[in-house]
Amino acid sequence: MDANQSFVNLSEKSYIKVALVGNPNCGKSTLFNALTGLHQKTGNFPGVTVDKKVGFAKLNNNVTAEFIDLPGTYSLYPKSIDEQVAFEVLCNPDNVNHPDVTIVVADASNLKRNLFLVSQIIDLRIPVILALNMMDLVEKEGIVIDAVRLSEKLGVKVIAISARKKEGVEQLKNLLSEPLPIPQYDFIDVKKIAPELVENVRKIIKLNSDFAAFQTISNFSEIHYFDNHPDKKGKLTALFNSASIDRNSLQTEESVERYKVINRIAIECVTSRSAIKTDTFTHKLDSILTHRFWGYAIFLIILFFIFQTIFFVAAYPMEWIESLFTHLSAWATISLPPGELTNLFINGILAGLSGVVVFVPQIALLFAFIGILEDTGYMARVSFIMDKLMRRFGLNGRSVIPLISGVACAVPAIMSTRTISSWKERIISIMITPLMSCSARLPVYTLLISLVVPSAKNSGFFNYQGLILMGLYLIGFIAAISAAWVMKWILKAREKSYFIMELPVYRTPQWRTVGLTIYDKVKVFLWDAGKIIVAISVILWYLSTHAPSERFQTIEKKYNTPELSMKYNSEERQAKIAAEKLEASYAGILGKSIEPAIAPLGFDWKIGIALVTSFAAREVFVGTMATIYSAGGKDNTQSIRDKMQAEVDEKTGLPKFTMAVGFSLLIFYAFAMQCMSTLAVVYRETKNWKWPVIQFAYMSVLAYVSSFIVYHLLK
Amino acid sequence: MKTGLKNLSQLKIGQSAIIDSFTDKDMALKLLEMGCTPGEVVKLDCVAPLGDPIAIFVSGYLLSLRKAEASTVLVSVIANNSK
Repeated sequence: MDANQSFVNLSEKSYIKVALVGNPNCGKSTLFNALTGLHQKTGNFPGVTVDKKVGFAKLNNNVTAEFIDLPGTYSLYPKSIDEQVAFEVLCNPDNVNHPDVTIVVADASNLKRNLFLVSQIIDLRIPVILALNMMDLVEKEGIVIDAVRLSEKLGVKVIAISARKKEGVEQLKNLLSEPLPIPQYDFIDVKKIAPELVENVRKIIKLNSDFAAFQTISNFSEIHYFDNHPDKKGKLTALFNSASIDRNSLQTEESVERYKVINRIAIECVTSRSAIKTDTFTHKLDSILTHRFWGYAIFLIILFFIFQTIFFVAAYPMEWIESLFTHLSAWATISLPPGELTNLFINGILAGLSGVVVFVPQIALLFAFIGILEDTGYMARVSFIMDKLMRRFGLNGRSVIPLISGVACAVPAIMSTRTISSWKERIISIMITPLMSCSARLPVYTLLISLVVPSAKNSGFFNYQGLILMGLYLIGFIAAISAAWVMKWILKAREKSYFIMELPVYRTPQWRTVGLTIYDKVKVFLWDAGKIIVAISVILWYLSTHAPSERFQTIEKKYNTPELSMKYNSEERQAKIAAEKLEASYAGILGKSIEPAIAPLGFDWKIGIALVTSFAAREVFVGTMATIYSAGGKDNTQSIRDKMQAEVDEKTGLPKFTMAVGFSLLIFYAFAMQCMSTLAVVYRETKNWKWPVIQFAYMSVLAYVSSFIVYHLLK
Repeated sequence: MKTGLKNLSQLKIGQSAIIDSFTDKDMALKLLEMGCTPGEVVKLDCVAPLGDPIAIFVSGYLLSLRKAEASTVLVSVIANNSK
């Protein structure tokens, strides 16, 4: 090590910022969880939708450490949004998240590729601790890494850990309270690649290293953090334009040079018994899981198992939640003083809340499965065996994950398309994901199917209702890939599509990681979708219990006339009044005004109200039906289904919800874009209103036309 | 193109080779970042059921890439290593 080595002493501060950086699959998140326990929160990096995970821990010298889990990246080239975030935090010293010290997590079982990122960060002259993860695996494979030697070579502290077994985590924490060397080692001399450029940049801005200057100018077109410094930005722009920078060749040259040094270091510090080692367990499992027959068969069996569990196992907790809310509203009806506020509480707030909470079991179960499949490494294999099929439809092997997640909720599903690097494949994945039947549609499906499909079993395990339900999911999937195929011909590609992806080794899932995934997703769902749904529910309650001018009084007066009060008994009279009031209310006016447009689909104004409110979120349909029918009758505890079943068509006198109406509605809900949260997320992910607008338009047309056809075929 | 060089996509399963060079600039950068550097030993581990993509073993891990992407990598096959 250098004699005039400089150190940074973090124990002088009372609060330090630590960034966790590393390749995808290196165990960074596991380490983050081990370091911070449950003292963590998820937010967003400013301006982008990349999740920012922050956690806290007390160090042994009473210093509080704030850990930031940066998105996984293979290099400091800001190509994707995730990489841009990691780049800005590390390369811009003025960034609010810029760390005092960086822990680079490296998967020791493929050290060379991991050292690439390590070397770039060292060249930025940021205080670094290198955590060699999975050392236990490495030793099993007969590889020895000389951590002391590596530390001497790199001029940074190196520590061997096993994040899964929580080995070395405390020692790592202790290192944070020791003085840390500021790296002096230059992996590569960027002045050999672009001498003048580096010099000129360093004249304009104050930077710690030549490499920081090189990074700034070669990625200048992707950098946004100079927007607040117009003078610097102007000078850099002038330099950037005059130098006609070919980023690609600069970075290729840099990469080649880097690997030369890394190879030299690896030869000195790593000894292994064989030249090529193969994880035999992974290899054997792959020969089955990516087999031309068994690969697909096993994938289908897993999917089948997941859906069976979601529909049949989740049904029990969902029933408990439903009955809890039924009891709650029955209790409220009896115990609370009658009046406007109680009415709002029962029919507005409680009704809306129950419509949200009831999904939690399903979302939790689905994300438990997805979490397990991701954590074991199986999800990458699914992408691998599906890539060629998906490509025919303009998609990518990685589109499988959003499509499967879409069965739970389109919002996280659309966010998961970020791993797709091709713009065209990503846009298509975003555009079609909402056609997958999400769990918000499930209560609509369940309610409508139980209304119009007999529950008789045909053979033991399956029943008609279950078959129809599966059919709806299948229809959604077929519509999604058909839409993808059409868009494949319409959209123009901006760049080549890639499928360069690591297939991680198989591992047993970590329940803690899976548990945290479930917790996060459920929280996002309850908060994001929940607030919209409850708000709509309250608005709807107002609209259905209030009317313009004196309409309600007129109805009351009408029924108070001697001839009408003679004609009906008290109960009949109350029901008639309630029905007429609803029809006269604002909600009734709204439903009636769209009735001409939806009549061809077999829908009346009551369904019309539900359609309008569903455009905020689909699950509101059930809540709306509950509100409409409890506003129409007076027995709140009677279930919505029975009320809808009893509904009679005013013209024919026959039940309103016939097979034709039921299926027409089912198809409409399968295809229509009725989720404000999804549209908002599509805008955030594409940064262009064009895409949510197109998505809304094409799905609405598809829904209307399909429902029209279904209604007229079944009528 | 040097004599004796093959495309990475032309390897047989289990066959090893040494990376020589790249024919596509954009692809080269992506592959370099993933540890596919000239001089590195690669081995074809498996091929997806529909013939594409393929998975190669390189610098200690499994990397999947499409055949079109693999065909931009020139390799020299290591003899006597067909198992």
